[in-house]
Amino acid sequence: MNAMRTVVSVTGLRKSYGAHRVLDGVDLTIPQGTVFALLGPNGAGKTTTVQILSTLIKPDAGEIRVAGHDLAREPDEVRAAIGVTGQFSAVDGFLSGEENLRLMADLLHLGRAEGRARARELLERFDLTDAARKPAATYSGGMRRRLDLAMTLVGTPKLIFLDEPTTGLDPRSRRTMWQIVRDLVRRDGVSIFLTTQYLEEADELADRIALLSQGRLVAEGSPEELKRMVPGGHIVVRFADPDGYRRAAGHLGATSGDDAGLTVQIPDSGGVRTLRELLEWLDTHAIDVAELSVHTPDLDDVFLTLTQEPSAQRPSPKEPSR
Amino acid sequence: MRAITDSVTMTRRQIKHLWRYPTLILTYTGVPVVFLLLFVYVFGGIMGAGIGGDRATYVGYLTPGIMVTTIAGAAQGTAISVAIDMTEGIVARFKTMAIARVSVLTGHVLGALVQNFVAIAAVTLVAVLIGFRPSASALDWLGVVGVLAMFAFAITWLSVGLAMVTKNVATASNLPMPLMLLPFLGSGFVPTESMPGVLRWFAEHQPATPVIETLRALLTGRPAGAGFLEAAAWSAGIALLSYLWARRSYNR
Repeated sequence: MNAMRTVVSVTGLRKSYGAHRVLDGVDLTIPQGTVFALLGPNGAGKTTTVQILSTLIKPDAGEIRVAGHDLAREPDEVRAAIGVTGQFSAVDGFLSGEENLRLMADLLHLGRAEGRARARELLERFDLTDAARKPAATYSGGMRRRLDLAMTLVGTPKLIFLDEPTTGLDPRSRRTMWQIVRDLVRRDGVSIFLTTQYLEEADELADRIALLSQGRLVAEGSPEELKRMVPGGHIVVRFADPDGYRRAAGHLGATSGDDAGLTVQIPDSGGVRTLRELLEWLDTHAIDVAELSVHTPDLDDVFLTLTQEPSAQRPSPKEPSR
Repeated sequence: MRAITDSVTMTRRQIKHLWRYPTLILTYTGVPVVFLLLFVYVFGGIMGAGIGGDRATYVGYLTPGIMVTTIAGAAQGTAISVAIDMTEGIVARFKTMAIARVSVLTGHVLGALVQNFVAIAAVTLVAVLIGFRPSASALDWLGVVGVLAMFAFAITWLSVGLAMVTKNVATASNLPMPLMLLPFLGSGFVPTESMPGVLRWFAEHQPATPVIETLRALLTGRPAGAGFLEAAAWSAGIALLSYLWARRSYNR
C-alpha cells in the first residue's frame, strides 16, 4: 500500500472497557481524498473508533497510521493534520461566531491579520456573516454545526472526522451539511471519515462504507457493492381475490407467498423486462391486481442483513431532544 | 514557548467570558459582602468588645478574613466554569488540536486570578466605605497582593482539580463549598485563642489562618513574621499537588 496515498491505515485495532470488548480487531484503509463512512447500530463502536483515531483515547492494540504519522509515537503530528467535528457541538457558547474562529486561529498561531482574514472567509463560506457577532449560544442547531465545522477548517486539515454530523438536524440543514461535505472533498481535497446511523447519508456521501457490528467490520465496499451483497430486488404483487392469487401463484416463479394477504414476492432479475412480462401475463389471464410495487435493495437491507442485532427491528433514526 | 502563547490565548478566552458576563463577579462578591455587613453591623459591637476594642476595631480585624472568604467563594465559580468546559464538546476539540495540552487549565487558572482580584478589590472597597482604615505602607500592600495571589493561585488549582472529579456542573459547584468554612474555622472572624481544644488546634494548623494572620499584620503595618513563610509553604504545597492532580485527571 502506497503510504502517500493512504490517509488512514489501521490493523488489528482493539479496545476494551473492562470485560466489554468495544473494538475487536478492526482493519481499515482509507485512500486520500475520499469519503469513508463507518456505519453501525448504537454501541457498535463507531464513536470509540473516532476517539482513538483522533488521539482522544488510547487503543489497547493495533497499528495505526493517520495522515502519514504513527498515532502512538507522533500524536501531535497527527493532531496537526486532522480536524474533528463531533456529535456534540464543540463551540464556545459564550463567545461569538467570529471570536470562536479567532480563538482557533490564535491556537494555530496564524497571526492577527491572517487569523482575521481566515475567520471572515469561513463566516462567508458557511453563511454565518450576519450572526458573526452574536454569541454562539444563541445559534440554531444547523448554525452551530456549521460554525463547528468552520472552526475545524481554520487549520486546513487533511483529514476531517465527522462523528454523526447531522444527528438532530432538520432535513434542510442536513442537506446543507451534505453539500458542505461534498464541497470539502471536491474543492479542498480533504479526506472525510464519517460516522453515521443514517444509511441515506452514507449512500449520499460515501465512496466507501464499512459496517461495524459488535466491534468487528462485517462488510466493506462501495454503496453499490454493498447493495449487491444482499438479495433485495423484488416485485410484490397483491391480488384482488383468492381465485386470482391461486391461479397466479404457481406460474410467476414467486419466491414467497402469503396466502392470507394474497401477496406474492417475485425476484426482480431483469428489471423493466421482468415487469413488462409480468404485466402481460396478468393481463392475458385477466387476473385482477390490487397493488403492485417494485423494491430495489437499499442500504437498510444490507444493514439489517449484516448487523446481527438481538432484536430484528428496523432501526429508527434516533431523534435527540436537542 | 507554545505553552506560554497557548496559555495566553486561553486566558484571553476566560477574560472575554468575564467581560461578557460581568454579573458573575457580582455573584462572587455578593456573599463576602453580606458576611462583611452582617458581622460588622450585627455582631460587630460584641465582637469588637471581645478583642478589646469597638465596632471600628472589628472592621479592621475582619477584613483580611473576608478577603480569604472571597477567594474561597470565587473557587466555586472556577469549578463551575471548568466543569462546563469539560462537559461540552469544546474540550474534545482542544484535546485533538496540536496545542500545549495544559493551556486549557492554565487559561482557567489565570482567568480566575483576574476574577479573584476584581472581586477582592470590590469587597475591600466596601470595607473601606464602612470604616476599614488600613495603615499599610506601599511595600506592605505589595506583600498583601503577593499573599493573596499565592493563596488564590493555590485554591484555584484545587478547584480545577475538584471540578474534574465529576462531569456534573451542579456537583462541581458544590465541591469547593467547604473552603468557605476555612476562615470561620480559623482566625478569620474571631481569635483562635477563644476556641475550645480540638477546634483551636485545627484552627491554628490549617492554611487559611497563616494567610489571614499575614494579611492582618501587613494591613496594620506590622511585620509579617514567620506567618508569611507558613502561608507561602501552604500555598505552594496546595498549588503543586492540585496542579499535578488536575493535570492527571485532564489527561486521562
